[in-house]
Amino acid sequence: MTSRFQAASSEVSPIQHTVSPYVVGASVLAIKYRDGVMMIADTMGSYGNMARFKDFHRLHKVNSTTAMGASGELSDLQYIRDMLEELTLGDFQQDDGSQLTAKEVHSYLARVLYNRRSRVNPLWNELVVAGVEPGPNGQAFLGTVDLYGSNYEEDIIATGYGQYIAMPLLRREWRADMTKQEARTLLEKCMTVLFYRHCRQINRYTLSDVTADGVDISEPFELEVKWNYKQFVVPTAQQSLVQ
Amino acid sequence: RKTTERRKKLDCARSETMSGIGTGYDLASDTFSPDGRLFQVEYASKAVDQMGTTLGLCCKDGVVVGVEKLVQSRMLVKGTSGRVMAVDTQAGIAIGGLAADGRQIVNRARQEATSYRDFYGVPIQGKVLADRISMQMHMYTLYWFMRPAGCSVLLASYASDGPQLYMVDPSGSSWGYHGCAMGKGKQIAKTELEKLSLGELTCREAVKAIADIIYQVHDDTKDKLWELEMGWVCDESKRVFEPVPRDVLKEAEDAAKAKADAEKEREKAKKEEELKKKAEKAAEKEKEKTEMEVDKA
Repeated sequence: MTSRFQAASSEVSPIQHTVSPYVVGASVLAIKYRDGVMMIADTMGSYGNMARFKDFHRLHKVNSTTAMGASGELSDLQYIRDMLEELTLGDFQQDDGSQLTAKEVHSYLARVLYNRRSRVNPLWNELVVAGVEPGPNGQAFLGTVDLYGSNYEEDIIATGYGQYIAMPLLRREWRADMTKQEARTLLEKCMTVLFYRHCRQINRYTLSDVTADGVDISEPFELEVKWNYKQFVVPTAQQSLVQ
Repeated sequence: RKTTERRKKLDCARSETMSGIGTGYDLASDTFSPDGRLFQVEYASKAVDQMGTTLGLCCKDGVVVGVEKLVQSRMLVKGTSGRVMAVDTQAGIAIGGLAADGRQIVNRARQEATSYRDFYGVPIQGKVLADRISMQMHMYTLYWFMRPAGCSVLLASYASDGPQLYMVDPSGSSWGYHGCAMGKGKQIAKTELEKLSLGELTCREAVKAIADIIYQVHDDTKDKLWELEMGWVCDESKRVFEPVPRDVLKEAEDAAKAKADAEKEREKAKKEEELKKKAEKAAEKEKEKTEMEVDKA
């Protein structure tokens, strides 16, 4: 089958390597909770300092048990998404009720990204794969893969600046038996903090919730932000030295 | 000398073949007969006519296809070796004729659908897919080293051009249909299909109608073991080609079976009535005969 995702053996074009990303997405945060896995990301594509695309959805449904989120180069995200759609279509055509599980998708992406890294032509992304195994005792799965092919599974995952700003908050407040509302509140809180501090994020998010009932990706929503903190209104620099 | 020897051998072969319709011009699929027929292609169509009935109905909200899958042995697991297969999310194929040939056609159709999606970013339209399948099946009729596919395929598609039903036969010609049948019971099936009001039928009604017709044309004495396999792509299935849901299929099958059984009972009762009448007539004749003999005596 002529799939553009297979390396063509007789290409005569000049060799190209990704040296830097151009249109990028900011952090993705994800946590396991009592009923499954929840993931959140904002909907912006930044072109350097410019807020270029304000409605770019970075969370995708792979199949009925798995969702994927990505930060980093958004064209590579689209390429990876098309690749996964082709795999899912192949599963559908087999018509035997079996689909790729989240663990398999994670493994596949890790191999693809590592292969690209080894050819020094990386897909410049940090991917998050979330899913719940089908069946009555389905385990929740949460894993990440980065542009080097480094991959691991964890209960709480953050990409980009989220690793620095959101991770400490998540580590402090996460519990394995959180309810859906508690999990959502925690993720929203971390995203709000990121919005205050990350210069390349906007206040417009999509949330994906994977449970035994399937994958649900929300419509974009806003979070409440405050700008009347005392130190924003009267910055420290302007306060008198004598208190 | 070599060519004359070869021609002599062929002439011998020609005279030795059974005097059938094609005599001599039916040995290779690349040979025309004097009256312009390609016999191998026609024989391939005959292979389709020997197999179980396959039906398709194009409704206003989708397309439904059904196959009378004749089964060889009681040992076979129910539900395996399907004749109805998805090509893409919005299209599927029902195979009539040799299942193995049909499976190859489906594989090719899947490649075409996937590469179209890859290239153009949208699902392939029904008529485009039908065209691609036709080209494939037609290609098999062009070369002496290939044989025509021994199957006809019913393509059910619900893409941007709406619900479409196409049949592609072994010659590679494809036609769009409102309702279509092939296989053993195709004559009766076609007559029954024409009775339906095709413009107003919904897919649910079509499932019942197809189950009905297949149970009607199915010959219990010849083919005891069989399964009814149906697939649809419609608004109800969210425009995804899938096997007809078990509960819908069961409801339709039960109704069809009941109707077919009722018909059989009626036929049986009729036959018994006729036999009874015949027996009564024979008894009367006997009576008359004995009376005449008595009179004579």
